[in-house]
Amino acid sequence: MHRTKVKIVEEALDANNTIAQANRADFDRAGVTVVNFMSAPGAGKTTLLERVAGDLPGVRMGVLEGDVQGSLDADRLAARHVPVTQLNTDPGFGGECHLDANMVRSALPNLPLDGIDLLVVENVGNLVCPAEFRIGEDVRVMVSSVTEGEDKPLKYPLMFRTCDLVLVNKIDLLPHLDYDVDKFLYHLDHVHPDVERMMVSARTGEGVDAWREWLMRVATGDRAIA
Amino acid sequence: MHELSLSSAIVNTVQKHAAGRRVTVVNLRIGRMRQVVPATLDFYFDFVARDTVCEGARLEMEILDARLRCTACDHSWDIEIPAFRCPACSGSDVEMASGNEFEVESIEVEEDACIAPR
Repeated sequence: MHRTKVKIVEEALDANNTIAQANRADFDRAGVTVVNFMSAPGAGKTTLLERVAGDLPGVRMGVLEGDVQGSLDADRLAARHVPVTQLNTDPGFGGECHLDANMVRSALPNLPLDGIDLLVVENVGNLVCPAEFRIGEDVRVMVSSVTEGEDKPLKYPLMFRTCDLVLVNKIDLLPHLDYDVDKFLYHLDHVHPDVERMMVSARTGEGVDAWREWLMRVATGDRAIA
Repeated sequence: MHELSLSSAIVNTVQKHAAGRRVTVVNLRIGRMRQVVPATLDFYFDFVARDTVCEGARLEMEILDARLRCTACDHSWDIEIPAFRCPACSGSDVEMASGNEFEVESIEVEEDACIAPR
């Protein structure tokens, strides 16, 4: 017996990236722009989608809702009269804390791709894992709410760095908090310099017009390279 | 993070290249930005490798520093904390020269000894 060294040099997560590229090809063929929408649990993703769903003139929006269990978010969005598909990570996937390309691919047959221009994939609430897994999206958006603290960019750099837009949500609560917006933006600018950001309140509607316009630009303009 | 599924991914990649030979060492290159905990990876790898050619193999991990390069002024620097603005020119167009890797670099396998002609 002797030992031989075999050189490999292969990215271990190749499998997910390959499936993500296949998803992207299918989305491109159908002319659908895909947004991967991420945040910690409770930051306000669903409420921000409720604010714009069905209200994008000239853009037909659909939602792929990712949750460990249940269809609570999908039910909320279905009430806005947009096509919604629920993807639960519990059955069949073991309760994964994020969506990956394989899971999204499994949902493709249930998505009305021919009837939409924009697909928002609302990922599982989690600041860590979703950042690692491409799903075939064109752009990535994250929500960071003011109740989460100014230090989050430092603690979760991968998530903040991987996104094309950061929505700072719940600004209506600022008078009741010690949150320092400038400090958050200072940290954000060190982790992801010059990343596009918007101050919003899904509850009052402040800043939501800019979010709506951003989605419409992404859906109708050149696809951003994620 | 996800050391269980990362371990599965490693075993799958290694099996492809081992071609049935028993694996003794798996050499990994892991960038600091990939959120991987080496001890956890070791732990799960042992489980996932059972009944495969990787059973009993040792994981060797080369941890790569997060090294950034400014595309504007070409300055390079290593980061310990997430700080992506160029310290030389304050530029924001920064790329990761290293730190994002999660690679199986090579493996060591056992082969039947060849009888070499004298």
